[in-house]
Amino acid sequence: MSLTGNTMNYSSDNDPAIQEFNTSKLLKNARKQAEDRNYKDFFICDVDSHHYETEALPEILQYMDDPVMRHLGLSAGNVGRAGLIPQAIGSQDMAGRVTRYAGRNKEIVPEEPHRDITLARRWMDAMGTDMACLFPTPMLLLATHPQVEVEVAMARAYNRWLSERILEEDNRLVSMVYLPMNEPHEAEKMIDEFAEKKGVVGFLSTGYLKRPVHDSANMRIYAKLEEHGMPLGFHAAYHWADTSLAQLNKFISVHALGFSFCNIIHMTNWVMNGMPERFPKLKTMWIESGLAWVPFLMQRLDNEYMMRTSDAPLLKKKPSDYMREMYYSTQPMELVDNREALEVTFKMINAESQLLYSSDYPHWDMDLPSTIYDLPFLDEKAKRSILGGNAQKLFNLDPVMSEWKLEANAKG
Amino acid sequence: MPERLLCAVSDLSDKTAKICEVDGVEIGVIRHKGDIVAYKNVCPHQGGPVCEGLKMPQVCVELDDQQRALRQTFNEDELHFVCPWHGWEFKIATGEAVGDPKYKMKRYNVVERGGEVYVEV
Ligand code: FES
Repeated sequence: MSLTGNTMNYSSDNDPAIQEFNTSKLLKNARKQAEDRNYKDFFICDVDSHHYETEALPEILQYMDDPVMRHLGLSAGNVGRAGLIPQAIGSQDMAGRVTRYAGRNKEIVPEEPHRDITLARRWMDAMGTDMACLFPTPMLLLATHPQVEVEVAMARAYNRWLSERILEEDNRLVSMVYLPMNEPHEAEKMIDEFAEKKGVVGFLSTGYLKRPVHDSANMRIYAKLEEHGMPLGFHAAYHWADTSLAQLNKFISVHALGFSFCNIIHMTNWVMNGMPERFPKLKTMWIESGLAWVPFLMQRLDNEYMMRTSDAPLLKKKPSDYMREMYYSTQPMELVDNREALEVTFKMINAESQLLYSSDYPHWDMDLPSTIYDLPFLDEKAKRSILGGNAQKLFNLDPVMSEWKLEANAKG
Repeated sequence: MPERLLCAVSDLSDKTAKICEVDGVEIGVIRHKGDIVAYKNVCPHQGGPVCEGLKMPQVCVELDDQQRALRQTFNEDELHFVCPWHGWEFKIATGEAVGDPKYKMKRYNVVERGGEVYVEV
């Protein structure tokens, strides 16, 4: 039997599945935006961007302590199983329509520096981004792995690899490193091992967890983060198998709801159980759920809280008052036909001090800095804060400007 | 309206838009159902190179007489540019976004003369 190719890609001449691919070329219009908008005068920090750590899995596994698990990971080429990292069902690339997915492994990079650094610098330079907080991709679902010991071993190996091979090597890249929340005593050890490493600006809880965030077993994690002055990020993820999402039949549905729902659950537990009162110095950032969920949740929780204060005795003010003191990343910002709602949202979350620009690049629903820069209701001070200033404060960053901006500024 | 030379007619295909530059602006030009159409290579969404994306047919769902979904199909009579940045789709015939026609690619009038393609700018 002879097999035919995918004849539905009508413009096969442009199909990156068969062509060489280059990030700078794909993003040439982003670079033009950066120049037209004079970003050379702006410090831009992207607080949520990604790489595909599974592409470097053989390297990462060299950092794994357990030789049996390392062997299992290295033998994961066997057809039909995912190895150490759960694989998500879903078509992020829209069946090839978002071409950078297929193009990714056709991209040629020099031998040095590490491939992930070159790729990151290409999109950062195109967008006008100076520094970026880099996160993994498939590992966002690692917390759903049924074997918690695999989650811990993978997390430690990844954090070591990331720290040594990427963060040590590039001053423009930082990360909130993976925190295995499902195994609290290991999470505590992870904080001790990585809190002082170069480029580590916080710790990251990913997606749906096996125990709620207010579980008593987690209290020492939060105390330790507070001790180290490290923020905690909640990076949302969808998990189609979660019972709340299982009735949804389309990727668009599970993606649209799953990311926000994930953080709605964690935030509700976080606030109603008085975590901000228990750990007043611990800063939290809520990542990749868009923004529309925040006013929704503020209104719902405030309304019920005023009737049922006895249900949440640790609270000394309304839920929204706590939420307004937390940090939020922008992407994927709900931008279609809702300018007024967006403006109200910015007011409700004190965006000027609490909102941090994020692209989520290279994922399909990425946002450029122009999504903030072009908002007519923001003044220049607010734009500067959201695009970089707030990240600089939260992460205590020494800003490193990109080379092209330094050169452009030197030229005047 | 002033005209600018884009390319030779013989450079065009009905598969892939040819990207030409006029006064610093990229314009994608393609044959479509016997016509030549030209659009600015900047997406109305966030500015992606929309003419360089894949060309895909409309996706439809077939329902049976009781409104039950039978299967999905491609409608090859309606072809779309798919912007490679986020996947917004635009009808090649009109430049309108499939999700909401109020979002439109910028279209140029095309003049074909002496084996060459010109746009009015
Ligand atoms: S820029 Fe074209 S789909 Fe977003």
